[in-house]
Amino acid sequence: MKPAFSVLFFTVCAGAGSGLLVWLLLEHLWLNWVADGQVNIKVTLICSVLGLSMLTLGLLSSTLHLANPKNAWRAFSRFRTSWLSREGVFAVLFYPVFFLYLMFLYKADWAVNLTATVLGVAAVLISIATVYCTGMIYASLKPIRQWHNSVTVPSYLILSLMSGAVLMHAVAMIQEYESVFNYSLISIVALSFGLVVKFIYFRVIGMPGTSSINSATGFSQARVRLMDAGHTSDTFLTNEFGFDVATIRLLRLRWLACGLAFLLPALFLYFSDVFSMYWIWPMALTMLIGLLLERWLFFAEARHVVRLYHGDQTN
Amino acid sequence: MKLGLVIDLDTCVGCHACATACKQWNTSGTIGPLSDEKPYDEDPIGSWLNRIRSYEVDDAPNSKTVHMPMSCMHCENADCVTVCPTGASYKREEDGIVLIDQDKCMGCNLCAWACPYGARELDPDQGVMKKCTLCVDRIYDDQLPEEERQPACVLTCPTNSRVFGDFDDPNSTVSKLVVERAGKGLMPELGYEPTNQYLPPRQPRESEKSIGESVSLAEKMKRLANRVIFR
Repeated sequence: MKPAFSVLFFTVCAGAGSGLLVWLLLEHLWLNWVADGQVNIKVTLICSVLGLSMLTLGLLSSTLHLANPKNAWRAFSRFRTSWLSREGVFAVLFYPVFFLYLMFLYKADWAVNLTATVLGVAAVLISIATVYCTGMIYASLKPIRQWHNSVTVPSYLILSLMSGAVLMHAVAMIQEYESVFNYSLISIVALSFGLVVKFIYFRVIGMPGTSSINSATGFSQARVRLMDAGHTSDTFLTNEFGFDVATIRLLRLRWLACGLAFLLPALFLYFSDVFSMYWIWPMALTMLIGLLLERWLFFAEARHVVRLYHGDQTN
Repeated sequence: MKLGLVIDLDTCVGCHACATACKQWNTSGTIGPLSDEKPYDEDPIGSWLNRIRSYEVDDAPNSKTVHMPMSCMHCENADCVTVCPTGASYKREEDGIVLIDQDKCMGCNLCAWACPYGARELDPDQGVMKKCTLCVDRIYDDQLPEEERQPACVLTCPTNSRVFGDFDDPNSTVSKLVVERAGKGLMPELGYEPTNQYLPPRQPRESEKSIGESVSLAEKMKRLANRVIFR
């Protein structure tokens, strides 16, 4: 599949933004109901602004992918059947719920009262649902087995919460904020989880697929080779699905992506005493770049079955 | 009704007439235009609703060239319709034709990703998705003589390799052809249940026999005369 940068940016940026807001909300809820502490106004504002801008930038970027964006408003209309529609509805629903939550928080002098708690829990659930829908958009596509598997959705969820935790840790570290959760530990655990999920994913997509040029053409008893694709120049199909990168380069990029997105940030957090705390932002950026590369690979390694009609022997 | 096509891979010669007839009809039809970019350049690109690919099946000396025209299969389980967020894609209850409302499509490409048969192509100029309509603007047109109420690709096919009909009716030509010639849908493992069926090539002897049966005495004489003249 051809990697569309707007979509890569959207899933990474909006995923990290909503992950950050989820951790902020969980922090608040835990502070109020378990730890009996006070909400830190500055951290709340920084996280809200950062999280919401990432979410908004991501959503705006996703509309760049549309060839006819004037009809984008219609995308909210098929909530009952389309995962893309569901994603849009949840993503937009998050804003009023989160703003109402902040309003009630402000009105109650930054205490999480019952109304705020209900809104906070709702915002957490909506945020997770949005990322779940993003994963399901890909996981529901049967013609692309590298997406249509049981690892896609967990990996989207984990990577969103993981990048959110790292960002939360970065904000807490710079603001010298004593958080109720140990975000350093949570980040390291999440980064390791992310790495494990990616390894499982690479293993899953390495297994043979069920479709072949034989099932595609219906000639199951003999070898089938493409003689003529029927066109002399590129078509929509070859542009969209014919994206090819040499396997050796893909393998190298896998290591690079895993290194940037998981290993480097985890090592940095583990040995964070050695570094100045201001290194956390370059490190968070490195992780986001690594995740962009990981998302690029998610597209580049996906092989749509239509390729079988253009001469691929298996998917 | 379950309208669709039967495509005979035994007789298709890969002439691309169906594709050009399709483009000609549909570029000025209800979903038109089917735009092209740089049509007279080295690398033209445009939306086509029908594409023909040629394959070599089996190894020499048993190899056979098979031409395979592919358009929308009007699947029973059309995932392209399910994934559509705007409601632009829909499958008609009454005849099973899958269509796109050009006024609702936002060009997100998700339906093209969900289609295993490559039946959907984005119009490079209009930014909306285009696909085979089974010439819905022909087959129900009362103004046309009855025999012309068929998809443009079917009417134009010089070898009669394309047959249009109702698969729900067991006595229709398409249903009978599928039974007699063991027609099958492509990529059944994905579970889309495509309506369009492909008739596999016949064994050479079998097809020769069927030609032999239909030849009249006059025709035989004519062929003999031809052979003599050519010598």
